[in-house]
Order: sequence, then structure tokens, then C-alpha cells
Amino acid sequence: MNRITAGRRHPLARYAVLLFALTLLGGVYTLTAPGNQSADAAIASGKVDDVAEGKKLFEKTCSSCHGPQAQGTENGPTLVGVGAAAVDFQVSSGRMPAANPGAQAPRKPLAPWVTPKRIDQLAAYVQSLGGGPTVPSKEQVDPALGNEAKGGELFRANCISCHNWVGAGGALTEGKYAPNLNEASPTQIYAAMVTGPQAMPVFNDSIITPEQKRDMIAYIVGVREQKDPGGFGLGRIGPVTEGLVAWIVGIGGMALAAIWITAKRRQAK
Amino acid sequence: MSTGPVPKPIAGTSSFIDDRIGAGNFLKRNLRKIFPDHWSFLLGEIALYSFIILLLTGTFLTFWYKPGMNHVVYDGSYEPLKGILMSEAYASSLNISFDVRGGLLMRQMHHWAALLFIAGMMVHMLRVFFTGAYRKPRELNWIIGVLLLTLALAEGLTGYSLPDDLLSGAGLRITQGVAISLPLVGTYVSFFLFGGEYPGEDVMARFYSLHILLIPGILLALISAHMILMWVQKHTQMPGKGRTNKNVVGAPFYPAFMAKAGAYFLFTFAVIAGLATFAQINPIWAFGPYTPADISAGSQPDFYMGFLEGSLRIMPAWEINVLGYTLPLSVIIPALVPMGIIMTGLALYPFLEQWVTGDRREHHIADRPRNNPHRTAIGMSAITFYGVLWLLGANDELSAFFHISLYTTTWFGRIAVFLGPALAYAITYRMCLGLQRNDAAILGHGVESGVIKRLPHGEFIEVHVPPADDIAAHMRGKEAIPTIAAAPDGEGIPPKGLRGPIGRLRAKMSETYGGEKIPIEEHHEEHPAISPADDDKSLTR
Amino acid sequence: MTDNTNGTEQPDERVPKRVIGTPPPGTPMLGEEESTEVLKVPGVSLQDPRTAKKGERLAALCFTVTFLAGIGFIASYVAFQVGDLDSTGVSNLALGGTLTLALLGLAVGIVVWVRMVMPKYNLVQERHAMASDEEVRSEVGETFMQGAQESGITKRPLLRRTLLLATAPLGLAPLVLLKDLGPLPETKLRHTVWDPKQHGGKELRLVVEGSGQPIRAADFNSPGGLLSVVPEGYEHDLNALSKATLILINLRPEEIKSGTNKNWTHNGIVAYSKICTHVGCPAALYEQSTHHILCPCHQSTFDATDGARVIFGPAARPLPQLPIGVDGQGYLVAKGDFPVPVGPSFWERGDAEAEVREKGGQV
Repeated sequence: MNRITAGRRHPLARYAVLLFALTLLGGVYTLTAPGNQSADAAIASGKVDDVAEGKKLFEKTCSSCHGPQAQGTENGPTLVGVGAAAVDFQVSSGRMPAANPGAQAPRKPLAPWVTPKRIDQLAAYVQSLGGGPTVPSKEQVDPALGNEAKGGELFRANCISCHNWVGAGGALTEGKYAPNLNEASPTQIYAAMVTGPQAMPVFNDSIITPEQKRDMIAYIVGVREQKDPGGFGLGRIGPVTEGLVAWIVGIGGMALAAIWITAKRRQAK
Repeated sequence: MSTGPVPKPIAGTSSFIDDRIGAGNFLKRNLRKIFPDHWSFLLGEIALYSFIILLLTGTFLTFWYKPGMNHVVYDGSYEPLKGILMSEAYASSLNISFDVRGGLLMRQMHHWAALLFIAGMMVHMLRVFFTGAYRKPRELNWIIGVLLLTLALAEGLTGYSLPDDLLSGAGLRITQGVAISLPLVGTYVSFFLFGGEYPGEDVMARFYSLHILLIPGILLALISAHMILMWVQKHTQMPGKGRTNKNVVGAPFYPAFMAKAGAYFLFTFAVIAGLATFAQINPIWAFGPYTPADISAGSQPDFYMGFLEGSLRIMPAWEINVLGYTLPLSVIIPALVPMGIIMTGLALYPFLEQWVTGDRREHHIADRPRNNPHRTAIGMSAITFYGVLWLLGANDELSAFFHISLYTTTWFGRIAVFLGPALAYAITYRMCLGLQRNDAAILGHGVESGVIKRLPHGEFIEVHVPPADDIAAHMRGKEAIPTIAAAPDGEGIPPKGLRGPIGRLRAKMSETYGGEKIPIEEHHEEHPAISPADDDKSLTR
Repeated sequence: MTDNTNGTEQPDERVPKRVIGTPPPGTPMLGEEESTEVLKVPGVSLQDPRTAKKGERLAALCFTVTFLAGIGFIASYVAFQVGDLDSTGVSNLALGGTLTLALLGLAVGIVVWVRMVMPKYNLVQERHAMASDEEVRSEVGETFMQGAQESGITKRPLLRRTLLLATAPLGLAPLVLLKDLGPLPETKLRHTVWDPKQHGGKELRLVVEGSGQPIRAADFNSPGGLLSVVPEGYEHDLNALSKATLILINLRPEEIKSGTNKNWTHNGIVAYSKICTHVGCPAALYEQSTHHILCPCHQSTFDATDGARVIFGPAARPLPQLPIGVDGQGYLVAKGDFPVPVGPSFWERGDAEAEVREKGGQV
């Protein structure tokens, strides 16, 4: 375990994992590398260097929208008090820096400069501005340690109204949407719950305890990796695709069969 | 006899039966009953065979399903729900899916068959409508068909609710929300249906007996009546060579049609089994147990209820409060009006058409849709109306998938539900006339042969050849739509039945419905209608 | 009847080839391609013997596939057990795949048989008008009237009327029997279990749906927070939940507008009914950035800062607000019931909001 954790901190580890994930794309859901866990360690160890480096990075890449002191502008909210978890979530999922203003910043591939180390530095800087939720530890988000069934109950009570039963996502008002949870790493899921990114509400640790959050993560990860025993999952979005298939494959196929059965071969006279 | 004697076992059995019920006479008349051949005539059989498959798979499911609403702690094979409190109905549905061999297959086949049952009825109904096959003497069978469709929707709704998962519960909740909104009787209907407050503990058992006994029983009776009437009245046929209003041309029931119908049953069965094997439907385990406190994004009804969902979604928030009573129009209108328009419209159409055209003859030759432009246009605008509502039933999925603002889709629906049908009407009407002209041109000028010929004076022309016999006969089968003669008699008094405002409306409608008259054959002087025969043959054969 | 029925009666030499009807599969009838006698029946054109032979082989191949797939089906049933997702998936694939193949083989085989072995038919059958002759009609009419007169029903009004009278209550009997389907609504729709009066004045705690923990107001302190909440002791009572489920939202106090009753909030925590006022789906999508509450069923949208006023969609009324406060230990409790009935509108509901306002209350 320790050896793997140490390996994760290697600057090349993220690329290796990304490469690994890309090769597996197009069939099997893979658990992409959980977001790095080094931010809280850095903060815990009080590395002032990280904060200073983070400040530089911030001024270069974030300050145009969030203001030079992260106090917020009309283009971006204040980041004072959002915590390291928010930075980790937004930057590691590619949502920030935002490409263009829109209803909602989408998940996108990471820019080349975004490395785990730099995310940590940015997170350390933002954490130093006014505290806030920190990045969870690896154990806090380990799906293997969670109780799926209990997590499922909480997931159904609080999450599926936006994210759908299996985390396939759904529509919100005015062009916003709840993203699907297929690519979200356990750390990102946790960070999203404690920070409430964009339109998402906050589920803080004193109401939904960290253990309960881990249960929910276990359920989400379990369900999304689950095989569909009944054939292709049809996007797992419920009856809409089922209806389409019934018409196109079912009625379409039966019409073809009818045409074949009744077709007349033109007879040479 | 040239065919040889009937084999002994068959002869023995059949004379046993004939001695007792005289089946010989019936068989003599019917074994070689003629069935016309056209692919679209088989569409109704999709529904018939799906119904048989529904009965078979449904019976299998009843062996394990328990319509109970008591809470039990789940202790089956599906790990992520272990130890969760759920209704007996849901637990037994999970049990069928995971702990009975073939249970999942049967459950999925049952659901796919249900979708094909209703979709099959719909395409069959559209075929009958667009070919005018509902006309006299088949109006009764048409009405039976409308009843069947209505009952099938009820059957689908009750069946959808039985697994008692979070998705089906959402459907049940909406059903209750609609029931309770009915004026005067709403709360009583809801309390009687659910045995008290929603959701209560009785509704599963009640829906179960409706779903497996009452509604299928009526369906079975009506389907039998539908079949008997079809048999007695004989099938309509498409216009064509040697086909008249007084005959049926086709293949005999025994052996050809019987084999074809048997094969089609097996195709239906195979398609349903194939879908159930390769396409997962209604994964109830992923939805979780029902509780009225939760709901998922993308909660949708099955496709056939989609139009009701859509109409509920696009309705503005209208509600009337008078004298201490409430009329929730934003529920009643979308829940009852579109369904009412569609079902009543369908049921009355044969009679309205008869009233407008004054046509009381029997019709056994099917119309080609283009040859009755107004009917076809009305049908298409009804399809558009239904289609817009259906589409809007999935507006959240569309919004999420295409990243369109949710409210934009709603507003689109509010406008399109009125504009779309009108547009569809105009476009279809024009298209029908265009196609009729095309037919007339083909009959008048023949088809382009692809052969270019140089005339003595140097002009190049493409040689036209007459269309094939059967195609030409098919086109010549067009019949003018009758109208009521509205011409007043000598003294300026219109004929009886066309007097008064309603009579005048009727005369006007009749004239319009009769439509533009495009001659069956069209002649122009410039091209020879049919090229000189000798030249033709040498060039084309 | 059909023209071809004559065909069967045509005297002919005994030829091995059948014209009408087709031999059951396996009967060695189609081997004799050399038999050239063709029964000339109008409308029945026999297949070319070579096509027929090819058809027979093809169909036989299909039927063999069905046979093998059928055996495969039985073997799969025995071989593949169920019990978890993976094994169920395998079993479903094996059973369904073999079943589909078996049915498809049979279907294709029969179509090949019809198309390549059976003759082509173009038979004609006469139609007759559905209506009976005038004579028959009038005869039936006479018989009917005669029977009616014989029975006496036409000339004995007492008999007729008492018969009608007799059936009337009997017709109502089934309806009467249905009365015990359910109790009458009475005022059940107007109260929820939150009402302290139902519990002798005890104010119910709000607990987290899914975990059942009571909620300390001080813990629910993040602006933008949301929780699905149920009454303590009723976590699994579906009847209670269908009216009493709440969404608990944490707003910044300065965001709260006049539509919300501030006396019923606690430090910016506000509780609305989760049951949509349209048709009763749980309206549970909450956007903390815009404070929109959205119902996923029909997309009614409510403004959480302004008394859950409707801003879009088919719902006609705001989500009712529940008065909340804290008990001695700082846990959130319901201080009273909803002022108006929750959930979908119904006939007897009336404008409950206006009534409350008349009495000087706020909703």
C-alpha cells in the first residue's frame, strides 16, 4: 500500500495512470486514478513554499476571473473559504480554468500545465486564504471500505433526483445539468459533496458523516462498474431509450420480416 | 383422389370431431379462405402475437411474484440492496430477476413484448386508418380496435407499477396525482383505489388482479371478436390487377397463409427473445425500492404513456378556485384532453367521414394514402400532435443530451403542439396531390426508360415505356372521393340534410374533403404517351 | 368457393407430386423432380423443381439449427446457475441466445418453405355483401315481433314494468359492494404527522432520510446545504412520508425574501414540503446557485428564497413551508403542521392559502 501511495506522488504517475485509462477507454469502466491526496498533506505539513508557488500560479491562471486576491469579480466567485477540496475538484476534473463563460463549466481534459503538484500548490494557496473543506484522505474515499447498501439509501435520498439512479446525470434549469458520475474519482465525488460546486448543494460532514459519504462513494462506484445482466444497458437512462429500441429494432425488424414474407419475386412471363 | 388418402390418425381424429360438432362444413368453407398479400397487412399480427407471448411470459412471472406491500428486509442475491427494507412485491421481482433461472429473461421478454404489443397496435391502426380500411362494413372492428388500444394502455400502466421500484412508484404517484385532481370525485377515487391514503397497502394486490385477470380477460374477448369479424368480413385488399370490390385475390389460408402467419409468430417471438437477450429493459435493481420521498432524474413512463407525460410537462400553471372548491386545470387538461381527442377522434372518424362524404357503400379495396389527401393529412397532423407530446415527455433527456435549456424545450413544445399539426396537414396534403400527379403522369406518359433516342429531325428524346401491368393496375385502382351533391334543385332549395347551418357546413366540408380532382391519367400533346411499340421493344427488352 | 377446389377433384393419373397442400417435412415427396406432370390449376403456379429442392435443403438446415439451439437452451438451463449479476448475465445471454436462435431458425425455415417449396398462389374468391337479403330481414323481423307477442311482454305492461323495476337495485349491487374499497377522505389530506397535536404536543424531530439521524441546527450550517428530511419515527411509514417529507435548505439570511415566513426558519434554515403541488412527485432538484427547486417529473420550478413560489412549469401553488425551530438539545423540530394541505390539488381543497391569509397567518 505505502509503496503504491509513494509511487502516486511521482510526477509521472498521473501521466502513467492517464495513459492506462485511455487504453482501457471504450468498453470497460475503469476507476481512474483517484485525485491526489497530497494537498492536505502539504497543508498539514504547512509547506509555505506550496502556498507561495500556488499564489504565483493563481495570479497567472485564475486571477483574471476570481480577482488578484481571490476576492471574486463579476466573472467568478470569491474563493476565500471554499477550501482546498473545491480547488482539487474543479482543477483536477478540468472544469477550471473555465474555457468560456457558459451556463456551467463542463468536465474537460486537463491542460498540460495541470499536474498533481500544481493542483496541490493552488489548493494550498486557496486554503491559506480562509480555510474551508480540505481534500479527503485516501482511506476516507476508499470504495472498498464503504457499505454499498447503506450508501445506496443515502444516494437515493439526496443525489438521484439530479444525478439519476445510476449516476447517469440529468437536466437542470436554464441549460445547467447534473453531470454523469462515470468519470468522477472517489476524491472528486467527496469534494463535490463537501464543497457544492456550481449548482450542486453542499452536504457537509457534520450532517452526512465522512463514513456515510464513503458508503455513498462505494455505492456509486459499485453501480457504475456493475455489469448489465440483461444485455446492453441502453445508456441506463430508463424508458426513453427502451422505447426507441422497441420502435426501431422491434417494429422495424418486424416490418422487414413482413416485407420478406410477403415479397413477390417478379415473375418472368 | 389424386392427392392420396388422408393419413389414418388424422382421418380418425377428424371424423371423431366431425361426428360430434360437424366441423367438416366449416372447414370446407374455410380451409382455402383467401388472404390478400401485402406486408402491411401483417402489422396487426405483431400485436396479436405479442399478446400471446405476454400471456405465456406473464404466467411464468406470476409463479414467483407476490403483490404484497408489507415491508421485508431484502436477503436475496443482489448485494447493493442487502439488508434494505422494501416491499414484498419489489423483493419478489428482484428474486425473479436474480434467483430464478430464466427469470430475468422472462421478465425482460414480458416488458419488451408489452412495448411491441402497443407499438404493434399503433402501426396496425395507422395502416388501417391511412388505407381507409375502417370504412363500411368494418366500423365495428375499428371501434373494437380503439377499445383494445385503450385497454392496452391501462394494462401497461398497471403492469408498470407492479415491481414497486422507485421508477414504477413515480408512475403510480403521478397516476394518483391525476386521479385526485378530478373534480367532485377525485379524492374518493384516490381513496377507493388505494384503500385509503396514498400509497396504502392495497394497491399492488388490486393492480395485480386488474393486470392479470380483468383487463387481459377483456382483451382476450375483444381480440377474439376482432379476429372473428376480420374472418367473416374477409380482409381488404390493395388495388391491383383483377382485384375488385367483389373479390379477394391472394393465397389460401391452408397451407400458405397458415405457414406465413406461423412464421410471423415465430419472428415476433424471436425478436422479443432477442431484445430480451441483448437489450436490458427496466433494470429494477438499479432503481431501488419505492418510497414517496425520493425520485430520480429521468423518471419516465414507458413510451406509450410518454404523450401524457409530455402534455403534463408543457401545460401552464392553471388552477381555478371557486366557492371553496379547486379545479386543477394544469392536471386535468393535459391528463384527459389529448387522450380524449385522440381516442374519441379515432372512434368517431369512420362515422364522421361517412357523414361528410355521404358514402354508405361497402369498401373492400384499400385506398392508397395519397388518393385521399385530406384523410392522410388529418392522420399526419394527429401523428404530429401525438409525436410532439411524446417528444416533450422526454424533454429532460433531450435537454441533458443535447445541452438545450430545459425551458426552451418546454416552450418549443407549447408552440409546436399547435403549429406542428397545422404544418403537417399542409405539407401532407400537398405531398399527396403531388404524388397523385406523379401517378397520373406515369400512367399518361409511361416511365422513363433511360433510353435516349434521336428523332429524324435531330431532337433527342428519352423513350418512355408503359409501366408494368401490376403497377399500372395498382395506380388505376384510385377511386374518386364521393361528395354530397350540394347543388340546389330547380327552385334553389338545397337537398334535405344540407339545410340549416349544420347542413351548410356539411356541404362545405364534403366539397373540401372531396378534394382537388386529379385525373387518373394525364395527357399532354408534346410527348407520345406510349412510344411506338416496335421501337420500344427492340430498345428495352 | 375458390377456383382451385376443383383442382383437387380433377381426375388425374396417380402422380407422386401433391398439388394442394404440402407434405409434412421428411416425407420423401420432393425427390421426384423428373415428374413433369403439372396440374394446371389457375392461380396456382408450382415452383421450379430446382428451387423447391434448394428450398427444402435450406429449410431443413434451419430446422436443424432450431433443433440444436433447443438442445442448447436446455443445456444452458442446467449448466448456468444464477445468483449474482455476473452469473445472471451469463445465464440470460445463454438462455436468451439459444431461444432466439431456435425461434429464428424455425421462422426462417418456414418462410423459406413457403417461398421456395409451396406454389405461388393468385387465387380469387368472391365476396358477398355483408347485409342479408330483404326477405330474410323482414322474416326475422316478423319472427321477432311474433315471439314478443307470444311472450306477452308487449301487452302486459305490469309484467314489463316490474321486470325493469326488479333489475334496477340489482344493477346497483356491484357498485355498493365496492364501497369498502377504501375509507372516505374526510380531512386526512389536510394534516401530516408533523402536527404536534397528533402526538400530545410533542414536537417531532427532523431526521436525515436514509440514515435516520436527528439534525443539530448548528451542524447544518453550510450555506447552499440541502437535505432530504423525514419525521422521526416515521422513516419507513410510506403513507406518512407521502405527505411529510421535507427538503431542508440552508440559505444566507439576507437572501430570504418576503414570500418565506421568517418566523418559521431557524438561522437561515428553511423547510419546504418535498411533495410537488402539481401531481405529487418529490420536488427534489435543488440548485444552490439559483435557489431553484425543480421537480424532475414535470419540471415545475420553485424559488426557495421566496416561499417556494412557482417560477416555471405546471404547478399552480408554492411548496408549503413547515414551521421549524430547535428543541432543548439544539435539534431541529417541527413547531407545527403545514398551514395548508401538501401535495397535489384536489376538489375539496379550495384556496387554503387565501383562508390562512384571511385569518392573519402567513403561508
